[in-house]
Amino acid sequence: MQISSFLNILLGLLFAPLFLGIINKTKASFAGRTGQPLLQSYYDIIKQLQKGAVYSKTTSWIFRAGPVVGLSAILVALVIVPLGGIAAPLAFSGDLLLLAYILGTMRFFTVIAALDTGSSFEGMGASREVLFSALAEPAFLIGLAAIARETGVLSLSQMLPAAHFFSPEVVLVVIALLVVFLCENARIPFDDPNTHLELTMIHEVMVLDHSGPDFALILYSSALKLWVLGLVIVGMVFPSSADYFWPVPVFMALCGLILLAVIVGVIESTMARLRLLRIPQLLVAAGSLSAFAFILVLR
Amino acid sequence: MSLLIIALSIIIIGGLLALAVCKYSYLSTLLGVGSTVIGCIIGLIPVGQTIYYGDTTTFRLAWNIPYGSFFLKLDPLSAFFLLPILFLSGLAAIYGREYMIVYRHKKWLGLSWFFLNLLIVSMVFVCLANNTILFLASWEVMALSSFFLVAFEYEKEEVRKASWIYMVASYLGTACLLPMFLILGSSANILDFDLFNKSLSPLALNICFVLALIGFGTKAGIMPFHVWLPVAHPAAPSPVSAIMSGVMIKTGIYGLVRTLTFLGMPPLWWGYLLLAIGIVSGILGVLFALAQHDLKRLLAYHSVENIGIIMIGFGVGMIGWSSGMPVVAALGFAGGLLHVVNHALFKGLLFLGAGSVFHSTHNLEIDHLGGLIKKMPYTGMFFLIGAVAISGLPPLNGFISEFVIYLASFSGAMSMNSYSSLSLIGAIAGLALIGGLAVACFTKAFGVVFLGEPRSNDARNAHESSPRMTIPMMILALSCIVIGLLGAAIILFVSPVIGVVLGNPYTGEIRIASNYLLYVTAGSIVFIICLLTIAGLRWLLLSKRSVGQSVTWDCGYAAPTARMQYTASSFAQPITDLFEFFLRTKKNNTMPDSYFPAAAHFETHTADVSRESIYNPLFKTIDRFSQRMQVVQEGRIHIYVLYVVVTLLILLFWNMR
Repeated sequence: MQISSFLNILLGLLFAPLFLGIINKTKASFAGRTGQPLLQSYYDIIKQLQKGAVYSKTTSWIFRAGPVVGLSAILVALVIVPLGGIAAPLAFSGDLLLLAYILGTMRFFTVIAALDTGSSFEGMGASREVLFSALAEPAFLIGLAAIARETGVLSLSQMLPAAHFFSPEVVLVVIALLVVFLCENARIPFDDPNTHLELTMIHEVMVLDHSGPDFALILYSSALKLWVLGLVIVGMVFPSSADYFWPVPVFMALCGLILLAVIVGVIESTMARLRLLRIPQLLVAAGSLSAFAFILVLR
Repeated sequence: MSLLIIALSIIIIGGLLALAVCKYSYLSTLLGVGSTVIGCIIGLIPVGQTIYYGDTTTFRLAWNIPYGSFFLKLDPLSAFFLLPILFLSGLAAIYGREYMIVYRHKKWLGLSWFFLNLLIVSMVFVCLANNTILFLASWEVMALSSFFLVAFEYEKEEVRKASWIYMVASYLGTACLLPMFLILGSSANILDFDLFNKSLSPLALNICFVLALIGFGTKAGIMPFHVWLPVAHPAAPSPVSAIMSGVMIKTGIYGLVRTLTFLGMPPLWWGYLLLAIGIVSGILGVLFALAQHDLKRLLAYHSVENIGIIMIGFGVGMIGWSSGMPVVAALGFAGGLLHVVNHALFKGLLFLGAGSVFHSTHNLEIDHLGGLIKKMPYTGMFFLIGAVAISGLPPLNGFISEFVIYLASFSGAMSMNSYSSLSLIGAIAGLALIGGLAVACFTKAFGVVFLGEPRSNDARNAHESSPRMTIPMMILALSCIVIGLLGAAIILFVSPVIGVVLGNPYTGEIRIASNYLLYVTAGSIVFIICLLTIAGLRWLLLSKRSVGQSVTWDCGYAAPTARMQYTASSFAQPITDLFEFFLRTKKNNTMPDSYFPAAAHFETHTADVSRESIYNPLFKTIDRFSQRMQVVQEGRIHIYVLYVVVTLLILLFWNMR
C-alpha cells in the first residue's frame, strides 16, 4: 500500500459531486440551455447541511439510520476501487465481491428507510429498486468474472488496469457494466433523475421524505456511487500500469471519468426513459453480454 | 465424550421427568427447559474441544441388535454440526418457556417438552452414530418427535394436514436411505460406518449417491423434495420451527456429507448435479418466499433457499475435488459448511423474531402487520440484524460464507476447463441473483411488518415480549455480528472438518481464504468507523437546529389511512409477475365497477409448484392404482379364506416341483 493510494479517497471525496455537474452541463448544452452551475451539487449539499430537519411521525430510527448507513457503505466501496493504475488502499482477491455486496447493504437500508415512511409512493420506488438491482447483480459479477479469467487475478486493483480494452470481450463487459452503471445510479434509460416527483420512478422516489443533513448525506452518497462505479468502467477502458509516475494514471482516470460523465449526459439527452416493463429485458440483455464475454474469454 | 453422554442423559432424564409430571405446566416446563439448558451447556464443552483440537473420540457399548452396535464417534465433522444444534436448542428452550406457557390451560406442556428434549437428543445421536442401525433409529426418533411437535395445535385442521405431509415426506426420504445403507454395507456383518464396503462398482456408487441425495435431501429440503418444509414449519410453535429450520434440516446435510465420506472420489457429474439442485433450490426458494403472505411460511421458503446456497457450495467443492483443484474443493466445502452454521444462527433468530411477533399480535399475516418497531423495539432490531445477515450483506455473517463460496467459484472459473468454468459461472450468477432477490424479500418482510403504520388492530395493540424471549434473540444477533467480524479466524476451524470429508485438511488453501477474510474484516471495520463518525456528525449538526415533526408527504391527499400503504403483495408484485412462469400465482380479482363502486376484492395465492405438479399427480396415480386393487378386497370372510387356500395350494405345488 502506498501513500498515493489514499489519493483516490481524497480525490473521490472532493470531486465526486463535480461529475453530476458535468452530466447536467452536457444535458443543458444539448438542450440549448445555460443550465445550472457546474458546482450546483456542492451548493445543494452545503445548503442541505445547514438546514434543520423534518421527520414524519410515522418514521422510526430506521429512517434516520438509512442515509448514515448508505454513506458509510459507499465510503467502504471508495476504499476498494482503484483510481487509474493506483491500487486501492484495501485491495485483495475477492474485493469485487465486497464492492458488490456493500452496495447491497446501502440499498437494503435505503429501501427500508423508504418503507419506514409508510408512503405508498416510496414503497413503489423501493419495490422497483430491489427488482432492478437484483437483475443487475448477475450482469455485474459475471462481467467481472470474465475480466478475472482474462487477467488471471481477482482483485479490482490488479485486474482493471490489466484488461486490454481493444479485445472484444472487454468491450462487451464495458457495455454490460455501463448498463449496470446507469441502472445502479438511476439514470436514463432506467430512471429520470430530474425531479423528485412525477417523472422519477425509482431512486429519487425513495428519498422523497428525507430533508436537511440526512438529504445532504444521500446526495453525497449518490455522487460517490457514480464516482465509484464509474471508476470500475474507466479502469478497464484506460489501461495504465503502476510503472508510470502516479500523476499520469490519475490524470488519465480523471479524464476518463469526465468522458463518462459526458457520455451519460449524451445518453440522457438523446434517449427517453424506458417503459418499466422493458427494464428487466435490458438488464437481462446486459447479463447475457457479460456471459457472452465470458464465453469469448474461454476460447 | 463422557461429558457429552452426561449432557444427553441430563436432557433425556429432564424430558422423561417432564413427561411424568406433564399435567403440571410450570413444573414440567421448568424440568424441560432446565435440563435442556444445562445439558446443552455441558454438551458444548466436548464439542468445542473437538473442533478446537480437531481430534476424534469414540464410545462403544454392547448392544445385541442384529447388525447394530452402540458405536458413537465424535469427529470434527459431527462436532461442527453439533455446535449449532446444542447452541440453538438451548436458546430456543429458554425462549420457549415464555412462548409456550400461554398454552398452559389448553395443553399438557410436559408432553411437548418431552418431545422437544427427545428431538434434541435424537439430533445429537444422528450426528454421533457410527452404526447404520443406530443412525436410522435416531433418524426415525427425530422424525417422530418433531412430528408430534409440529402437531402441537392438532385441533386445527391445517396443522393436522401439515404434520401429516411432514410424516409422509419423512418416510419417503427414509425409504431411500434403507437401500442405500444396504448397498454400502453389503459385505459387512455389523453395519458400522467404518466397515462399509470400500470397493463398490461405479454403478453402485452412483445409485448410492442418488439415493442419499433424495433421502437426505428430503430432510434438508432441496427442491423438488421440499414440499413438507413450507407447511410444517409455519404449523409448529416458533421455538420448534427455529430448531427445525435452523438445525434439524441440517441433519440432512450432515447425512449427505457423511455419505460422501463413504463414497470416495466423486465423478464430475455429481458436482454438476449438486450445483444444479443448489441453484434451482436457491432461486425458486427465494422466489416462492417473495410470493408468500405468511411470515413463517416466508421464512420456511428461505430455508429452501439457504439449503440451496449450501448445496451450491458443496457442488462447487465437488467439481473442484473431482477435477483436482484443491482451492476450489476446499473453499467450496468450507463455504457450504460455514453457511450451515450461519444459517442456523440467523434463521433461528428470524423464527424466534417471528414467534415474538406472533406472541404479541397473534397474527402472522404480513399484510395485517406494520409499525411494530415502535411497539417492539428489541424484537425489531434483532429481526433486522437477522434480515441483513440472511441477505448475505456485510458486515454480518451471511456474507462470510457466501464470500467463501464465491471465492471458490471465481478461482475455478478463472482456471478450469470450459465446461466446469461455465458451470461455475452458473454458480456465480445464481448466487448473485439469489442475493439480490433475498434483499428484496427481506426488505419486504422487515419493511412491511416492522415499519410504516400498523395495518390492523392486532398490530396496533402489540407490545414488546419479555426479556426471556428477547435475550436469546440478542445472543443470536450478537453471534451473527461476531462471526461477521471474525470470519478470518473462524474459517480456520473448518479445516479439520474438511479433512474428514476430503481426506486432506487443505490447511494452506483455508489459510489463504482466511487472509482474504482478514481484508473483509478490515472493510467491516472501516464501515463501522464511518458509521459511528457520520452518525456523530449528524447528531452534532442536528443538535442545535430545529427538528420538526410532520406527516409523511402524501401528495396533498387529506386523509391517508394505514391501508393505503404499500403492502407486501404490492411490493413483491413486479418480481412475482416477472417470474410468473415458475410461480403460477393464482389471482382472484373482483374489480370495482359501475358509477357507485361497491366493495372490491383481490386475492393471490401461490401454491407450491412441486407439490402441484409432481406430488399431487403422483399420489393421485397411486390412489387410482390402489382403488383398482379394491376388487380383491371383498370384505367377505369366506373369500379371504379362499385366498388363503389358493395361496397354500400354489405354494404346495411350487414345493412339489
